[in-house]
Amino acid sequence: MKFSLSWLKTWLDTDAPLEAIVETLSAIGLEVEGVENRATALAPFVIAEVIEALPHPNADRLRACRVNAGGAEMSVVCGAPNARTGLKVVFAPPGAFIPGSGITLKVGEIRGVKSEGMLVSFRELGLGEDHEGIIELPEDAPVGMPYALWAGMDDPVIDISVTPNRGDALAVRGVARDLAAAGLGSLKPLVAPSITGTGTSTIIWKNQFPEACPYILGRTVRGVTNGESPDWLKARLTSIGLRPINALVDITNLFTIDLGRPLHVFDADKVAGSVLTLRRGNGESFAGLHGKPVMVTSDDCVIADSSGVQSLAGIVGGEATGCDESTKNVFIECALFDRVKIAQTGQRHAIFSDARQRFERGIDSMLLPVALDAATSMVMDICGGTPSLVTEAGEKPDWNRKASLRFARLKEFGGADVLPDEAVASLEKLGFTIYRRDGQHVELDVPSWRNDIASPPALDQREAAGAEKAAAGAAEIEPEHDLIEEVLRLRGLDAIVPVSLPVPSGVPAAMLTAKQARTALARRMLAARGLMECVTFSFLDHNIAGLFGEAKDLRLANPIAADLDEMRPTPVATLALAAARNVARGYGDLGFFEVGPAYMSSSEQLLVAAGIRTGETALSAIQPPRKYDAMDAKADALALLSCLGVPVEAVTATADAPKFYHPGQSGVLRQGPKIVLGQFGTLHPSLCAKLDLPLGSVAFEVFLDAIAEPKRRKKAAPALPPFQPIRRDFAFLVSADTPADALLRAAKGAERNLVSHVALFDRYAGKNLPEGQISLAIAVTIQPTEKTLTEAELDAISAKIIAAVGKATGGVLRG
Amino acid sequence: MLDPDLLQLQAESEAAIQAADSAALENLRVRLLGKSGQITALLKALGGMEPEARKARGAAVNELKNAVSTALDARKAILDEAALTQRLQAERIDISAPPRPETFGTIHPISRTMEEIAAIFGAMGFTIKDGPDIEDDWYNFSALNIPAHHPARAMMDTFYLQGQPGQRPPVLRTHTSPVQIRTLLKEPPPIRIIVPGRTFRADHDATHSPMFHQTEGLVVGKDITLAHLKGCLIDFLRAFFDSPDLPVRFRASYFPFTEPSMEVDIGWNRKTGEIGKGSDWLEILGSGMVHPNVLANCGIDPREYQGFAFGVGIERITMLKHGIADLRLFYESDVRWLRHYGFSPLAPAMLHEGV
Repeated sequence: MKFSLSWLKTWLDTDAPLEAIVETLSAIGLEVEGVENRATALAPFVIAEVIEALPHPNADRLRACRVNAGGAEMSVVCGAPNARTGLKVVFAPPGAFIPGSGITLKVGEIRGVKSEGMLVSFRELGLGEDHEGIIELPEDAPVGMPYALWAGMDDPVIDISVTPNRGDALAVRGVARDLAAAGLGSLKPLVAPSITGTGTSTIIWKNQFPEACPYILGRTVRGVTNGESPDWLKARLTSIGLRPINALVDITNLFTIDLGRPLHVFDADKVAGSVLTLRRGNGESFAGLHGKPVMVTSDDCVIADSSGVQSLAGIVGGEATGCDESTKNVFIECALFDRVKIAQTGQRHAIFSDARQRFERGIDSMLLPVALDAATSMVMDICGGTPSLVTEAGEKPDWNRKASLRFARLKEFGGADVLPDEAVASLEKLGFTIYRRDGQHVELDVPSWRNDIASPPALDQREAAGAEKAAAGAAEIEPEHDLIEEVLRLRGLDAIVPVSLPVPSGVPAAMLTAKQARTALARRMLAARGLMECVTFSFLDHNIAGLFGEAKDLRLANPIAADLDEMRPTPVATLALAAARNVARGYGDLGFFEVGPAYMSSSEQLLVAAGIRTGETALSAIQPPRKYDAMDAKADALALLSCLGVPVEAVTATADAPKFYHPGQSGVLRQGPKIVLGQFGTLHPSLCAKLDLPLGSVAFEVFLDAIAEPKRRKKAAPALPPFQPIRRDFAFLVSADTPADALLRAAKGAERNLVSHVALFDRYAGKNLPEGQISLAIAVTIQPTEKTLTEAELDAISAKIIAAVGKATGGVLRG
Repeated sequence: MLDPDLLQLQAESEAAIQAADSAALENLRVRLLGKSGQITALLKALGGMEPEARKARGAAVNELKNAVSTALDARKAILDEAALTQRLQAERIDISAPPRPETFGTIHPISRTMEEIAAIFGAMGFTIKDGPDIEDDWYNFSALNIPAHHPARAMMDTFYLQGQPGQRPPVLRTHTSPVQIRTLLKEPPPIRIIVPGRTFRADHDATHSPMFHQTEGLVVGKDITLAHLKGCLIDFLRAFFDSPDLPVRFRASYFPFTEPSMEVDIGWNRKTGEIGKGSDWLEILGSGMVHPNVLANCGIDPREYQGFAFGVGIERITMLKHGIADLRLFYESDVRWLRHYGFSPLAPAMLHEGV
């Protein structure tokens, strides 16, 4: 909300400088978004007198002027037709920035005559469109004075952001009250004339929707002359960026900002019939004053005359009954609307008006008669006319609420040392009145404009043990918290001495659960393997999501963009998009990972460590680059699993990975028959083609939730026999579809105590082998444990290995 | 004194040795000292001499043998040395050439900040909780004292899933606060938790991303006061920004789920971006005392327990700490940006090493 300093001072009697006001506003919860002073930009422009204006010797349309701007006389060449001897003007010296034209003035010479400045128009000052000639000031304008100062523009405009709880601060008077309570001066009283109207109003209220509008007042003023508002009113509105329209409308706008009291004026002669009815909408449409049609529903409260809907109550009025220069008789509406109903209607129609903003945050429910009289009085002052008696519908609201404060709670809850007298005094300045007080506590009446204090509790409990007691507790204690908040914010929260949280022990316990620690370790492991961590969006184009899995109930109802409309089934999907973006930029050799969510359904989310590699290893003179392949992805996944405590020898790979992987180059990593730890493989070529990824890009996923909690067990002492290990190599002929893993496991299991390691070091298919057969060569490491082994013993072990491999795979030793 | 024939042999041998290359030297050794070598023959010849003469001749021949042997060894050492030098010369590599390439991975700045936050709050006795990104609107709004019509709900730019017909659609959580509710419902106080995680709001421009990260904090106990809120957050901010005298300011504000509510500013220099220097203030997080309605919605009697909560924007404090200008690049995954701002996986955030 914007207001000027001078406007604020109509309510606040203060000597405080602007800086103190701004700082205090922010400290007490009325955050200052900005302060602007038009006079600052116009500071160089001073009032001057044209001593003499003569025709320019070398140009017909120009004039050569001698100008007195308070200092030495100056020569100015001016093109304006109204530049004449004796005129009081606005003078811009060299160096001044001209807002209207965007230039900075320099001393110059125009057709042989020196020009030491400029006489300016309103447009050049950025103050309007008038460019017929230079500004003409009255004769008594003081030469040498800054123009903006003389014109009353040296009035900073303060813009504050008002939080949703503070309807009362959407009024200049409300802001002034807060500042006064915070110690910056005193609030001036609201002195409203009492208007005694004559005759009944020619328009009366009828209320068929009291839930939406509990109380409404109105009256006609007959015989008004509507037109331009007086200067002071126009200036006040323009100072905060509101466009003056006509006096009647300007008055309602003034009340909205000044008192937070929205009003509406109907042109009484445009209202059909003599009754305005508050009722539910019925699917009708009317043209709103905001320039758009409004289609009302049965949940909306509308104001209708005998011809139909004329206003969306409390939000926007209608064009058809609006006031203009021809208005002779006006009907003033002053209502109290239900906050929730206004909020719902406002949201439904997406109309943001100053009136809605105030009604939905709550207005001063006791101000209706006073405000109506004050507005009537202003209408009479400006437009003349004769007021009628007041017409009303509904009941005067019962706003009386009390709130109690135990003084000790200021310390026990607020952590602040505040004397009871100080606390009570600041609450009184806010308009609270003492109902009763003793040494320990005070009970206060809440002012009618503070709808946020001691408001009825609005709980939304789920079944929980102790819910009833808790609800009673909230009802009892909430008003007290409201009061503590008021006392603390007015004193400034910086006055509270901070206290570090007491720590449970000198040495903190580990803060992460085993799973959380594992997540952090996963990140470090994958980064240590050369992958770069990414954070990609949780949503993506549903067409792309569909390539990675069956879509369930994961489509967004209101996506911000069409390509961000479904939750991702796996981080691989968004990593693939990220990789493709880099490929398109010319960075095609990369490795990315992300540890983040995969969304299975709206109620199931998995934590997945996923990675992608595209392109080749780095160029080098030492070793040739090679393309990343599925085995790189498998290595990434296995390294991660191993690092997270999964015994890798217990992990098997099965060839049933999801369809976005290459069917012949992918696998599912399993621990036992049930647990799926992850999957890896080359991405499917048609997926790569669709996403503009290089063919052969590979990916992996490790499902962190599937990994069992590591057991904290002490390790047994390792066997460290002093005997040298022996290596024996074997090449087996096996059928081409034999999994190498089966062969390796068989060899390893052949003599468990002595075979310490088996490595596959060659896989050969082709010439010199029987059809359908391949050769797999393994190196077996035999680690003697008790004694050095004899040749005969080694031969026996070899025979066992050959037999075990033969049994498991049908393989025979290659001759 | 050697016999003249021996002297001559010695002179000839030594000359030959000096001139010999590796192969010739071996030949010379054989020719002189081998089984049928010249000097060996001289030694053998001693057997047929008179004892007196043999003694003198023997000493002389031995002297010759030693001299020749020494000369051979010396020459061999020189030749070996030369050969080694030559080999080393030949084996020289271009040490200016790049070694085998290694790829270095990095930790994303968002993860790094989360780790730092964890380390700092861990020292204050907090634990980490997490919750789902897709939430029931009761957890995201209603339980947090934001009823359906509340202006704050509209202000949050909530994303909704399409959901099932006849049911209220799930929301993408707009803040990490739903985990407050999940924790309060499940665990009896005292509670000290932080909740780092993904959050979503329908807003996309230079300073807003539809997905971003927050860390929620919640402390509930019997005697937790607003002074603790201030102490805890000041301690955190000073540790995080490694600035022991960092100015921290608390301003009254409003959030539906806390009362009193406050925004927290830190001192900085708007022009240079230096944290803790200069005379400007920068809004950095929101906080407040847990609203009694929130506790009551979770079945906790606010007469018995009280506490505070706060929410920190992870990207925001990351950008400030490291001087990162553009929010959008956090999610762009540009490999050049990741390499530039990423952190080493081998230097995780640890208080004793400094965050």
